[in-house]
Amino acid sequence: MISIRGVSKWYGPTRVLDDCSTEVAKGEVVVVCGPSGSGKSTLIKCVNGLEPVQRGEVVVDGVSVTAAGTDLNRLRARVGMVFQHFELFPHLSITDNLTLGQTRVLGRSRDEAITRGLAMLDRVGLAAHRDKFPAQLSGGQQQRVAIARALAMDPVCMLFDEPTSALDPEMISEVLDVMVKLAEEGMTMMCVTHEMGFARRVAHRVIFMDHGRIVEDCTKESFFGTPRSERAQQFLAKILRH
Amino acid sequence: MLDNLDLEVVRASLPFLWTGLLFSLKLTLVAMTGGIVFGTLLALARLSPFAVLRNSAAAYVNILRSIPLLMVILWFFLVIPLISGKPVGAENSALITFTLFEAAFYGEIMRAGIQSVPRGQVDAARALGLGYAQSMRDVVLPQAFRNMLPVLLTQTIILFQDTSLVYAIGATDLLKAAEISGKNYNRPVEMYLLVALIYFAICFTLSRLVRRLQARVAIPR
Ligand SMILES: Nc1ncnc2c1ncn2[C@@H]1O[C@H](COP(=O)(O)OP(=O)(O)OP(=O)(O)O)[C@@H](O)[C@H]1O
Ligand SMILES: [Mg+2]
Repeated sequence: MISIRGVSKWYGPTRVLDDCSTEVAKGEVVVVCGPSGSGKSTLIKCVNGLEPVQRGEVVVDGVSVTAAGTDLNRLRARVGMVFQHFELFPHLSITDNLTLGQTRVLGRSRDEAITRGLAMLDRVGLAAHRDKFPAQLSGGQQQRVAIARALAMDPVCMLFDEPTSALDPEMISEVLDVMVKLAEEGMTMMCVTHEMGFARRVAHRVIFMDHGRIVEDCTKESFFGTPRSERAQQFLAKILRH
Repeated sequence: MLDNLDLEVVRASLPFLWTGLLFSLKLTLVAMTGGIVFGTLLALARLSPFAVLRNSAAAYVNILRSIPLLMVILWFFLVIPLISGKPVGAENSALITFTLFEAAFYGEIMRAGIQSVPRGQVDAARALGLGYAQSMRDVVLPQAFRNMLPVLLTQTIILFQDTSLVYAIGATDLLKAAEISGKNYNRPVEMYLLVALIYFAICFTLSRLVRRLQARVAIPR
């Protein structure tokens, strides 16, 4: 479903991605972790072309993201993305947040988009909030709406960039619950997260990044069992202590 | 001098002043609307990744912002007929000049407004598949505009005051009308006092309005 082959990226002279390669199969859940600044966000943004890369190739569902001439907007419409800071559109109601992409990009009628959007809103348990504005919701609720907004586009896969790290502890689980359900229903997911409980529960594979490189790319079992790199061991020790 | 003001003169000149005021308001509205539209395009150009666009927009803005408005008015009054090949009249010349001049100022306000929208909002819009134009129209500009509305309106109040400068090219705005009436009746003091009051009343009311609006339009985050 997602195939990243030999991707390198520079910001000026600094290399932020260094020859990264990995695959995410259909229905697979892959967790990406690693220290701050290791390039996790950059890597995940390469998958839908939000960040251009200088070297290597990214292919999503048979479509090359990196090739010149690809209709990136059409591709992005099929790849859901959830951000650390939710990024709901604050000037639009929840309903309008859910329908904007559907009507503008997928060309759905407003009625159709509302039906689909509200179905997704119901799925994340927030149907009652359809007429509110983002600022009237808690962080956890906003993030669930953001997930519903992405799902309303009928994506073939979902990307998450630290979806819970801006949330108060008591709101983390309501978002993780939605993500777990999604994973169990067979959604293809690539999640940057440090929620190791989530990784243990639903991930198939774990990718560990450091200094722009993928240092570990292995099954969940072997990652939590005996990660090979020393760097990953240190990282795990640090993160699991909390 | 102030104890024998002639109020009869004031009443007699009101219809003519009204015509002048209407032109001042028309000039303000046209320059505001046109200036915001053109200014927004300038702002987008200044923020674009294309150096040619960026530099030409920056040059336009910086040049116009460094020349006194009165000079620009006089200059355009000479230049516009040369370009269009026929005389356009003082009023039309003023409308064109103010729109182009104010665009430089509104453009800078809109640029700040666009930059006030977090980068993540653009990412989220693009991630949904919206193109550049759609992201701007549906996500960035509405937020930029609402964030900047008080500043845009304050600029409009300044613009309204500046419209009085067109009397230099003989366009009949409120000030010019007052000057003409003052000469006709030989009562300049009454007339200048009156227009000062009118300018004050309008600008004061508007700035009060802006303050009330400020709280109402802010986008809660
Ligand atoms: N626009 C940019 N210009 C220059 N450098 C950048 C830019 N964006 C990111 N970087 C650098 O690229 C590197 C990787 O950034 P990235 O955001 O992908 O890291 P991350 O693993 O997501 O970190 P975090 O856990 O803090 O989110 C960092 O060193 C960062 O400073
Ligand atoms: Mg990050």
